[in-house]
Amino acid sequence: MTRIVVGHLYPDYLNIYADRGNIAVLARRAAWRGHELDVRPISVGDDVIAGENDLLYIGGGQDREQALVAPDLAAKGAGIEAAVEGGAALLAVCGGYQLLGRGYRVGGGAELPGVGLFPHVTVAGERRMIGDVLLECELEPGERRTLAGFENHAGRTRLDVAAEPLGRVVAGFGNDGVSAHEGCRVGRAIGTYLHGPLLPRNPWLADWLLRQALAHRLGGEPPELEPLPDEHERRAHEVSAGRARARGGRYS
Amino acid sequence: MAALRIPLSLEVAAARAAARLSRLARTGGGTTVPGKLLWKLDPGAIDRLAARLPLGSALVSATNGKTTTASMVAEILEPRLRLAHNAAGANLVSGVASALLARPEAELGLFEVDEAALPEVARRVKPRALCLGNLFRDQLDRYGELELVAERWRTVAAELGGGTTLVLNGDDPQIGALVGDARRAVVFGIDDPRHARPSLEHAADSKYCIACGTPYEYRASYVGHLGDYRCPRCGHARPDLEVSATAIELHGLEGAAFVLITPDGTRGIELRLPGLYNVYNALAAASLARELGASLDEIAVGLGRFRAAFGRFERIAIEDRSLLVLLIKNPAGANEVVRTLVAGGAPRLALIALNDAIADGRDVSWIWDVDFEPLLPSLERLVVSGDRAAELALRFKYAGFDPAAIDVLPSLDDALDHGLALTPSGGELAVLPTYTAMLGLRALVTERGYARPYWERAA
Repeated sequence: MTRIVVGHLYPDYLNIYADRGNIAVLARRAAWRGHELDVRPISVGDDVIAGENDLLYIGGGQDREQALVAPDLAAKGAGIEAAVEGGAALLAVCGGYQLLGRGYRVGGGAELPGVGLFPHVTVAGERRMIGDVLLECELEPGERRTLAGFENHAGRTRLDVAAEPLGRVVAGFGNDGVSAHEGCRVGRAIGTYLHGPLLPRNPWLADWLLRQALAHRLGGEPPELEPLPDEHERRAHEVSAGRARARGGRYS
Repeated sequence: MAALRIPLSLEVAAARAAARLSRLARTGGGTTVPGKLLWKLDPGAIDRLAARLPLGSALVSATNGKTTTASMVAEILEPRLRLAHNAAGANLVSGVASALLARPEAELGLFEVDEAALPEVARRVKPRALCLGNLFRDQLDRYGELELVAERWRTVAAELGGGTTLVLNGDDPQIGALVGDARRAVVFGIDDPRHARPSLEHAADSKYCIACGTPYEYRASYVGHLGDYRCPRCGHARPDLEVSATAIELHGLEGAAFVLITPDGTRGIELRLPGLYNVYNALAAASLARELGASLDEIAVGLGRFRAAFGRFERIAIEDRSLLVLLIKNPAGANEVVRTLVAGGAPRLALIALNDAIADGRDVSWIWDVDFEPLLPSLERLVVSGDRAAELALRFKYAGFDPAAIDVLPSLDDALDHGLALTPSGGELAVLPTYTAMLGLRALVTERGYARPYWERAA
């Protein structure tokens, strides 16, 4: 049994799209393989100490909550970057994904400071991009997988030219609605607009994150995990992917 | 451009004919068809119809409880007044227009209004009273962020001016703060810390001071973020209550009782509806009815007589079994449904149905914010249904419920048959549907002859 330490950033502020669902999936899938997930909240005023967390999680919030935590998160930037450079895994969803870039210019022109972990900048657009999304990803060479989720964001996120997106948009908007890019990947860090929540209906990504976190804890290559009966997960994924193909996103 | 002005009476006749056609065509209750037509013919006609009401109009809006609250007010006032009331829950501009058309002899308009439609309806109807019950996160894909709805409500409150009394739930920080915008306001809330929750629930939304962003301190939190709050930094706090509920007794699934305190005196209130959230609905209804001229006796009698609005804690007998239908539509509301079910003896079997049509919210992530966990210890079998049934299966699987005890039946027809077959003779099946799933289930039991169509019920 391995204890996997998860640092959950601002669970009391950034939890708008059922982020606790993602944590529940990581915890159960770890437990079913005999591991224990030790989830520790990291809130305003707490430090992120590199090496302590095997996985960092940051969710999304409404504009008001995002603005409340942005300055504190920027102050944690060096700790977060050091953690990811040291091999910790990270999942950032929606608002958390935006704030881990270089900055977010919100509606009205105010600028929220960013962390600079992901090579992107975000600018709020006039209309929100809302709807079901389907992506095609290749996190490991030769392993093509799909991610199905839901997006709801006003921010347009532009990746630097050399940046690696999380996936290619099959249906929906993605980062900016024009580039066909969605999310961003830096080493073991993943940022994405997809909620729904993301992990229940995309268990392969949950397992990928757990493997990276185990590699950080144990050293060496990410270990293989015992496959699980994912019948309900497959059905939920199919329905969600079908929704994205059939009705995609809309501007609002 | 000069427009040909069609006389209001002709428009009204055409719209009423459309309602009859809609019912004949069996496409629905005809609850919004005439209003939609009138809206198309002449949007200003709604303003004129509302202006004809001799006693004016009252509006009720809230994330949760607006249908129940408005129906309670109707129950209190109906013995004495002829009401135009959108009782079937059609609560957009077209639904209000339809209710106005359906009752030309009405003296008072009583309308529940969708949160997002409130600015438009308020501008047209110019209500004498506006009752605002609560604001929770709800269908973010449709309404946008909570803050956006709150901002629109602030604008409405500021625009309405001195002719409108605001009836406000002071226990909700966003709504309590509107006191400052109103020339005249009635503030209601709960004063009974015995019923406070040990901590704020996960779905609490407005938990940071609206003035300075500091987390509120709660002397008591009752439902979601509703309660007796105070900011430790700047002192922003719940306003003084003019109408309040105290000495609350909750009787499981069967009802609730409380003492209503008003400036005119106090009354014991007996409700046939369960749960603290229905105490909030009754408080809102009592405060609004009082503002509309009801006496304390009328309020106590009306509330005591009131039975559930359709789909909200509705019992439907099906031969020797029954359905207990509890609408769920967002985390705060669903949490109260769960809490009430558990208080009445948690069920061993439940049917939960999740759809993702526009009226349900296309984004189903909210089910992960609901605290379903209190149901788990006694739950033995779960039937999940609706277009997103598999998503519900995952919600319970990852809460620790045995996936082998979950039956995934997306068709409501199949799920209802299966759920009833699993229910012992003489037993009751708890059914928790989202809005369109509830309409679908009601249509099924109506087709089978066990319930009356909702448009007949409202009459």
